[in-house]
Amino acid sequence: MKIGILLKEGPYNHQASDSAYKFAEAAIKKGHTVDAVFLYNDGVSNVTKLMDPPQDDRNIAARWDALHKQHGVEILACIAASKRRGISDEVLIEGASITGLGTLTDIAIRNDRLITFGD
Amino acid sequence: MGNIDVGENINIKKIMHVMRHAPHGTIYTYEGLEMILIMAAYEQDLSVAFIGDGVYALKKDQNTAAIGIKGFAKTFMALDGYDVEKLYVDQLSLEERGLTEDDLLVKVEVLGSGEIGKLMNEQDVVIHH
Repeated sequence: MKIGILLKEGPYNHQASDSAYKFAEAAIKKGHTVDAVFLYNDGVSNVTKLMDPPQDDRNIAARWDALHKQHGVEILACIAASKRRGISDEVLIEGASITGLGTLTDIAIRNDRLITFGD
Repeated sequence: MGNIDVGENINIKKIMHVMRHAPHGTIYTYEGLEMILIMAAYEQDLSVAFIGDGVYALKKDQNTAAIGIKGFAKTFMALDGYDVEKLYVDQLSLEERGLTEDDLLVKVEVLGSGEIGKLMNEQDVVIHH
C-alpha cells in the first residue's frame, strides 16, 4: 500500500510526532511504501536543524532526516505554516523541503491512504 | 460530449475536513480553513463536518476585537464561492451547546452523529483539524 502522512503537531510537546515516525517505520518494515510526510500547523517545527535535545533523548529532526535518506520518504513542510513559525530553508534539515498545500492535495490524491497524526 | 467519462474522474477524491475545535484558543480551525481554500482549487469532492466545539466556528456575531486576533468566521460564508457546498453540522454538538441552526452564519446540513459517521466512511480521505 502507498501511504501519505500528515503530521500536525510539533516535536516533544505532543506524542503525535513520535507516533507518526513509529507508524512510518512499521509500515516500511511491513513492505508498504511511505510516500511523504507533510508537516502542517506546529508540525513544521519537526524539521529544524537547530534542534538540540539532551544526548540521552531522541533527536526528532535527525530521525526525520534519516527516514528521508534511508527510505526516500519526502519530508515536506507547509510554506504558510512555516512562515508563521520562523521555519525557513536556512534552518531546515537536509532531508526536508518547504512546499505548498497543493502538494498535500497531490499526496492525498496519489496515495491509497492519508494518515493524520495530531491532537 | 454530454457523456460522463469515468476515466476523467478517476482522480477526483472525496475529501472531508473535520472541524473539532472552537475557532479561537488554538489555530487548528483557522489553518484548517486555509487548507480547505487551497484544496478547493484542485477540484476535488470536498466537504466539511463540524463536530464538538467545532460548531462554534459557524456561530453568528463573533467579535474578535478584544483578543487582537483577526476574525475569520465570514470566510466560511465564502466557501460556497469556492464550490465547497457540503457543510455538515452534528446535531448533538449543537444541542449540547444550546445552539440551533438559526445561530449559524451559513446554510448547513444538520445531521445525526450516525449519519456523519456514515459520510466519513464514504470518504477517500478524512482530515481532522
